[in-house]
Amino acid sequence: MSETTTEREVMEYDVIIVGAGPAGLACAIRLKQLKPDLMVAVIEKSPEVGAHILSGAVIEPEPLDELLPGWRDKPPPVCLPVVDDEIAFLTAKSRHKLPTPPQQRNHGNFIVSLGALCAWLAPQAEALGVDIFPGYAAAGIHYLPDGAVGGVIIGDMGVDRDGKPKDTYMQGIEIHAPLTVLAEGCRGHLSKELIERFKLDADSDPQAYGIGIKELWQVAPGKCKPGLVNHSIGWPLDTKTYGGSFIYHMDKDRVAVGFVCALDYSDPEFSPFEAFQQFKHHPSVKPLFEGGEILSGGARTIIEGGAQSLPKTEMPGALLIGDAAGLLNLPKIKGTHQAIRSGMLAASHVAEKGNGDGFDTVLRDSPIMKELHKVRNIRPGFNKGLWRGLITAGIETITAGKLPRTLHNHADYSSLTKLKDMKPIDRHWVKRDLAPRDRLASVYFSATDHDEDQVVHLQILEPDVCITRCGEEYGHPCTLFCPANVYEMVEDTDSTAGKRLQINAANCVHCKTCDIKDPYQIINWVTPEGGSGPNYQNL
Amino acid sequence: MKILVGIKRVVDYNVRIRVKSDGSGVDTDGVKMSINPFDEIALEEALRIREAGNAEEVIVVSMGGNECQQQLRTGLAMGADRAIQVNTEGDLQPLTIARVFLKIIEKEQPGLVLLGKQAIDGDNSQTAQMLAALWDRPQATFASKLTLSGDTATVVREVDAGLETIEVDLPAVASVDLRLNEPRFVKLPDIMKAKRKPLEVISADELGVTVENDLEISHYTPPPARGKGIMVEDTAQLVAELKTRGLV
Repeated sequence: MSETTTEREVMEYDVIIVGAGPAGLACAIRLKQLKPDLMVAVIEKSPEVGAHILSGAVIEPEPLDELLPGWRDKPPPVCLPVVDDEIAFLTAKSRHKLPTPPQQRNHGNFIVSLGALCAWLAPQAEALGVDIFPGYAAAGIHYLPDGAVGGVIIGDMGVDRDGKPKDTYMQGIEIHAPLTVLAEGCRGHLSKELIERFKLDADSDPQAYGIGIKELWQVAPGKCKPGLVNHSIGWPLDTKTYGGSFIYHMDKDRVAVGFVCALDYSDPEFSPFEAFQQFKHHPSVKPLFEGGEILSGGARTIIEGGAQSLPKTEMPGALLIGDAAGLLNLPKIKGTHQAIRSGMLAASHVAEKGNGDGFDTVLRDSPIMKELHKVRNIRPGFNKGLWRGLITAGIETITAGKLPRTLHNHADYSSLTKLKDMKPIDRHWVKRDLAPRDRLASVYFSATDHDEDQVVHLQILEPDVCITRCGEEYGHPCTLFCPANVYEMVEDTDSTAGKRLQINAANCVHCKTCDIKDPYQIINWVTPEGGSGPNYQNL
Repeated sequence: MKILVGIKRVVDYNVRIRVKSDGSGVDTDGVKMSINPFDEIALEEALRIREAGNAEEVIVVSMGGNECQQQLRTGLAMGADRAIQVNTEGDLQPLTIARVFLKIIEKEQPGLVLLGKQAIDGDNSQTAQMLAALWDRPQATFASKLTLSGDTATVVREVDAGLETIEVDLPAVASVDLRLNEPRFVKLPDIMKAKRKPLEVISADELGVTVENDLEISHYTPPPARGKGIMVEDTAQLVAELKTRGLV
């Protein structure tokens, strides 16, 4: 981004926030509430606010009460109080009800569409004077001569596949601000760059991630029980893999269904997408969807590392908030309340101090971090499998995290077993007939759109490794972990290996799984042209 | 010369359209809305004509509730000089829209009216033609190339047989086709400038137009779902299968 020849146009703000999700919007709103004169801008790569947001989502409402008192009188379009909670353990054929762990008791919480919630927050931020720019991607960081962050560089538009300007070429501008707040969500590409550059993770564990795949269904009349929250663990995952399902019953016969799977799974031939589709065919689940219609779908990675993996959240000129930092509370399977709280905390800190200095300490002393500390050992407890994980979870829950020990996270990309060391696994998978048929059909329901004549935004740093080494060692797991079928090995008679990696970048739903799970860490996800990507509806 | 451009707020072309289960219309709940793509092309053309020095002012016009101000603001950010929203409620049909346009024309006296050849929601492709008739001025529909010289416009039209070139006297109505141009991206600072550009709101009543629909829509139905296919071994089986279905 830095080697541009012509001078870029510049806009100046006091605070520039990257990402119009719950953290970024809450930060913007609170900043303007406290300091109405501050010039605050939010930039967002999705064509409109909410279109790249995908979450369960059951949320705790307290942070919203704090941010926008009276919001309950004008709630977001999808917002139902939870009336009942159920959690079950599944085997391939049976379902066993489990006692609901305290972290997952959802009384007083709300089922929402987080995308719709963000689309509802945005005009409230704008009413306070925040400038929100959807459809513009922050492609790079503007660094000051002393190395500090001085703002962001918006990606150029109208560039062809080979990087040459098209007739519609428009150079991206720079937005300069004394403070940049990264609220990109899980594995934001600028956050990743900054964490590396400023070594923000020097004192923390490797980050841990999961992938969540979700669909919204219109089920046959009479099947939906509005306000019901269903979770499951067990099948279709083996006991070595951490994850589970959610089914949230909404209004108008709509049901949100999803599956989350930790990205430290070991089987290179495992496909999280297939696991999700299998889950929908469990005998206790399938009847809900039979006779129904899928409305929309998509995928997004989830940040699971918690307290141990939290990087330093401040650097010269910039802060990390929400899931860009990694504040999700995994045992609760909730991050929205943490995201909103961290946005507000950053805002009040900045409003008081005039800059971000000292934010990391404030965050670590806050209730946000206390909440993460309490549950810190639950996720790594599952590194030794489901049963030991459940025991650890039980102990940590009873002791409220007070035992003087901290279990550690490992890097997800390092967890794949080589094909030669794999024993075949019978997952008891069934023949499927519910929609979508395959990943391409699923991409259709995400309404993903990229101009195909643009630079491929999935950079393969060492293409040779893909064909030879990865093929031999792992059998191209990228072709299986990607929920959108972006990576495909195709026949190529011109190459000595007889095959080549085809990147269907236009299918990308911006989930970032590839950037995380690729065992050689040679896939780099960067943002495509602003406004590209999924057009999620009520996800 | 002034150029008047019609802008319609429609469901975005990327969105999978769903018919409401009661058949009363298309589901727009939480759905992304955009400028009708053909209208965007019309606006781009108007801006290029102005930039070439052949027009002084580009005015974007939309009809509907306040939500269509979002699309007008996008039009202003692309480069239009000002916007007019004709505030109306409920569905509008082409004849009503043409009548409203005529009133705006009488007020603004444009030298050229540029419209999309059709909107991607109703697919009517009628407004431009009706407007030309009501206004009693020439029409140049499905324009894929437009050249102005003095008081005339030379328009290349995409027709079934190929390309047809016609010349029309101005003022005239032109409806634009897909290949006329590729609309520009909006520059970020222009979004801020657009917030300060004038956007006038007038009601249909003030213009003396009664919003009434001559056509009644009884119901909407989605196209029938595609049935399951079968795999055939060879051409002989294919022919046999087609025969049993009475298709050959």
